[in-house]
Amino acid sequence: MVDYLVLGDEPYLQVNECKNCGARYFGRRNACGQCGSQEFQQARVSDTGTLRTFSIVHRAAPSIPTPYVSAIVVTDDGTSVRTNLINIDPTPDKVVLGMKVKLATYVVGTDDEGKEAVAFAYEPA
Amino acid sequence: MPQDVWVLGTHMTPFRRYIDKDAVDLACTAALGALEDGGVGISDMDILACGTLFQAGASMGQQVQKQIGQTGIPVYNVSNACATGATALRTVILAIRAGEAEMGLAIGVEQMGKMGLLAGGSREQKNTYEPSGRFGAVMPIDGILGTDTMPGVFGQAGMEYANDNDGVGFEQFAKVAQKNHAHSALNPLAQYRKEFSLQEVMESPMQSYPNTLLMCCPTGDGAAACVLVGEERFASLNPEQRARAVKISASVLTSDPYVASGQAQPDVNTLTRNAAKAAYEQSGVAPGDLNLVELHDCFATAELIHYDNLGLCEPGGAGDFIDRGGPWRDGETPVNVSGGLISKGHPIGATGVANVYEVTTHLRGEAGDRQIEGANVGLTHVIGLGSSCAVHILEKSAS
Ligand SMILES: [Zn+2]
Repeated sequence: MVDYLVLGDEPYLQVNECKNCGARYFGRRNACGQCGSQEFQQARVSDTGTLRTFSIVHRAAPSIPTPYVSAIVVTDDGTSVRTNLINIDPTPDKVVLGMKVKLATYVVGTDDEGKEAVAFAYEPA
Repeated sequence: MPQDVWVLGTHMTPFRRYIDKDAVDLACTAALGALEDGGVGISDMDILACGTLFQAGASMGQQVQKQIGQTGIPVYNVSNACATGATALRTVILAIRAGEAEMGLAIGVEQMGKMGLLAGGSREQKNTYEPSGRFGAVMPIDGILGTDTMPGVFGQAGMEYANDNDGVGFEQFAKVAQKNHAHSALNPLAQYRKEFSLQEVMESPMQSYPNTLLMCCPTGDGAAACVLVGEERFASLNPEQRARAVKISASVLTSDPYVASGQAQPDVNTLTRNAAKAAYEQSGVAPGDLNLVELHDCFATAELIHYDNLGLCEPGGAGDFIDRGGPWRDGETPVNVSGGLISKGHPIGATGVANVYEVTTHLRGEAGDRQIEGANVGLTHVIGLGSSCAVHILEKSAS
């Protein structure tokens, strides 16, 4: 469902990495926010990481199922990822800061032509 | 050396919902009140800056002029997320410091009605998936790849602080809201004036853990205004005007510098720390000198982390600071004695001017039941996601 999720036998996240300073970004870039360089290369992000922070969202726009766990994961190679945490009870005693997590993918929807959209999330490792 | 700038007059409307008034009415009430309070008129103004967010394209400043005086002065309509009002204030300060104006009027106004702050919008059901936007997303990412809701985003900012520091959790965040609701009971201008027990705060409906409903600011309507004057013109004013004037000893606006995690979540800390450091340097005031602080408690989690960002507690000690009552009105450094955004209300464009009204009123000794006795120095802080942070330090007149 986003172009930085690379699908295949082993799905992974891909960043645009600044060739000059190494800053990593998901999504299209005009230049680097840290150093201004316009040279980027693609890099694969580590599939595992730790839970940096989270919020358990109980109130959201009507079409979004709640509660869900919104999270920031820092992967083992130091990349911050905005994500949901899945396959976990959405309660403060189950979701623990610093817990180890790993990348997961699932079908999030199907369009009228039968094309599936695949989303990523993280789950307990 | 740019000249000093003073708050000569200030006024705010009560914050609440106004069904029979529009934003222009509210802005005019604040503007006329500030002019009268300063003992001056619209013809004394060399510049007008007007901040409003949701009606940013409406030339609000000119609409106000058409009601209170079309004198032909330059008007700057500004919008800068939740720092909108403070940016209007700072626009006038910059003009005075630059020598282009001697006296000016800054207005902040917002009419929000009953809109929610959930953001993100509804998830549109498209017939066919086509990648769009910078992430090539085939559908809105809110709720699938993390949250766009404000209680959630600021919930994460709070939990990140909890991850890095001991003694911070749900209860500490809830205590912040308990305090602000209690403070608001003394403020006749506040949207809500009801005290709640800690248990009531913790058991109110969960919006986005750890922020319950009573830990979130409401939406509302209101306006605030300040008349500012430069040192040279100030010297020619009468003693009574000068005695009630309050000196702006620091005025700072920052944006968020690059941090590696910034592409995944807004960093509300670094720009606040940068603004505070610059403001303390500009004014020569230390955090320990502050008699009161009005800071940006859009959510209880935000207030707690800003104790640390503004240097009101020892590094990492925000949990202990609230546990020992430090930010209560009788504590070490009273924070949000107005009730803060959580209970005074948060009509977005008005907020960054209203907190200057609040501190000015205390420094003048005119805050009534909520007066912090003997207040000489105060600080105001707002942050708008995107991000922008404004810090002002105000000092009581010595003349
Ligand atoms: Zn770079």
